[in-house]
Amino acid sequence: MAPAVPAPHATRPPFGARPARSELPRATRDPAWARWALTGAALAFLAFFLVLPLVVVFAQAFSKGGAYFLAAIREPDALAAIRLTLLTVAIVVPANVVFGIAAAWAIAKFRFPGKSLLTTLIDLPFAVSPVISGLVYVLVFGAQGWLGPWLIAHNIRIIFAVPGIVLATAFVTFPFVARELIPLMQAQGTDEEYSAVTLGANGWQTFWRVTLPNIRWGLFYGVILCNARAMGEFGAVSVVSGHIRGETNTMPLHVEILYNEYNIAGAFAVASLLALLAIATLVIKSIVEWRQTRTA
Amino acid sequence: MTRARSSRSILPGFGLSLGFTLAYLGLIVLVPLSAAFLRTAGMSWHDFVAAVASPRVIAAYRLSFGASLAAGFVNMVFGLIVAWVLVRYSFPGKRIVDALVDLPFALPTAVAGIALTSLYSPNGWIGRWLAPLGIRVAFTWTGVFIALTFIGLPFVVRTVQPVLQELEPEIEEAASTLGANRRQTVIRILLPELLPSLLTGFALAFARALGEYGSVVFISGNMPMKTEIVPLLIITKLEQYDYRGATAIAVVMLVSSFVLLLLINLLQKWSRRFHTI
Repeated sequence: MAPAVPAPHATRPPFGARPARSELPRATRDPAWARWALTGAALAFLAFFLVLPLVVVFAQAFSKGGAYFLAAIREPDALAAIRLTLLTVAIVVPANVVFGIAAAWAIAKFRFPGKSLLTTLIDLPFAVSPVISGLVYVLVFGAQGWLGPWLIAHNIRIIFAVPGIVLATAFVTFPFVARELIPLMQAQGTDEEYSAVTLGANGWQTFWRVTLPNIRWGLFYGVILCNARAMGEFGAVSVVSGHIRGETNTMPLHVEILYNEYNIAGAFAVASLLALLAIATLVIKSIVEWRQTRTA
Repeated sequence: MTRARSSRSILPGFGLSLGFTLAYLGLIVLVPLSAAFLRTAGMSWHDFVAAVASPRVIAAYRLSFGASLAAGFVNMVFGLIVAWVLVRYSFPGKRIVDALVDLPFALPTAVAGIALTSLYSPNGWIGRWLAPLGIRVAFTWTGVFIALTFIGLPFVVRTVQPVLQELEPEIEEAASTLGANRRQTVIRILLPELLPSLLTGFALAFARALGEYGSVVFISGNMPMKTEIVPLLIITKLEQYDYRGATAIAVVMLVSSFVLLLLINLLQKWSRRFHTI
């Protein structure tokens, strides 16, 4: 059913929008054997590397039955780890949201020298190994660090305590919100804000009534990604936590301890909660992306 | 542009937002990172070389760089295939498969680590089929490679996919009209067009794999000289209170990451230029 005359370029929908393969022009269609082979190779690769690891988490979590699973996640140390993870997220995510909005507002709405350098520096934590992200805080706040002697003299604990965990998590998740908002706000431009200001709105009114409604989906997306990483961060937190059971163990660290004690079912029970978080993140991400392509 | 220049006076909040951005960036990222460089600057050259070039450290570099390169290469090949299948073909469940590609970004690394170890250990779901063939994955180089492949999987797919989506079908039609067969079109027309994004994805996956810790430590077995990756060596040195040794190795890794970041930026500029033509 391929059209005899190709439609003019301007009206041609992009590839993804095409309704059926049979309507693709011959020139861009692969032979059937290639389609089957490539689809098979892709799905096999993804099955081995993505589906199996995900399935094994839940299979192992319930390998000793539902009662064991419930006991493992209700045990006091597990609950303490869950509480610490939630506390960390409750501090880190809002802090990075405020930063992300401030950075995007400055970068997208104004012109100033050094803007591209600033954008690069915001992305910097993505290039740093999680282990090194933890290490640098030890160098600043640890017993042998810059502020170590002063902190010890004033009896303030940062490393091997909750503040260190919060700081290391903030470092690792630093760019997530900002890098979602900057391109979005740049694309939206400043026309609507100008109109609001011209009509007499002050800065905060402009932000709350004009900018925020425009960026809410991008902001939500950034928060979801930031939250997933903050809850799951392992390397950076591992360096600064001190691994004190019931006190400075986050959920991923608790998983590690149980696993190293050969409590495999218990480790996977707690891990399955984190895997559920990952699945929820992917579902929400797909919905937000779907909404964005719809409204675009 | 006159409009943009006047923006400084019309919209409020420039000083506040930029001031907060710089303060937060400085406190959370720049000051701590500079601590690593300043700490190393206090070391003598001889001590520094001794710390970053001992046989155990060299073995760790070799493993980290080698396994990351191999994983990046596998991801380049399969990432291209996955991106191609997701953009060009339709099959049931395609949207779910597309969403699943981001799993390594969303799944906490420790969870990925214990899941992969459980799959590939000699009595695991995959390991038990490999054991009779004499193939050991868990606690060997192959295990490190598998974990790094998992962690780098989304990068190539997500850099190639948008480029493939925007590719005009006209160029393939033109190639076909001019007498090229499908294979020639793919090799001579499509692959060169996709090369910048393929390389960018490869570099991103490689950079991520170099620093990866959580998904590797469980499956690698962590034997010094054999299956000890560089991030683990940094932690080991820290646990032995060898802060200088740990920091010196960290600085070597930070410099490698920054060079890679620069390379990735250049690659992205190149690929953007490719596509505005």
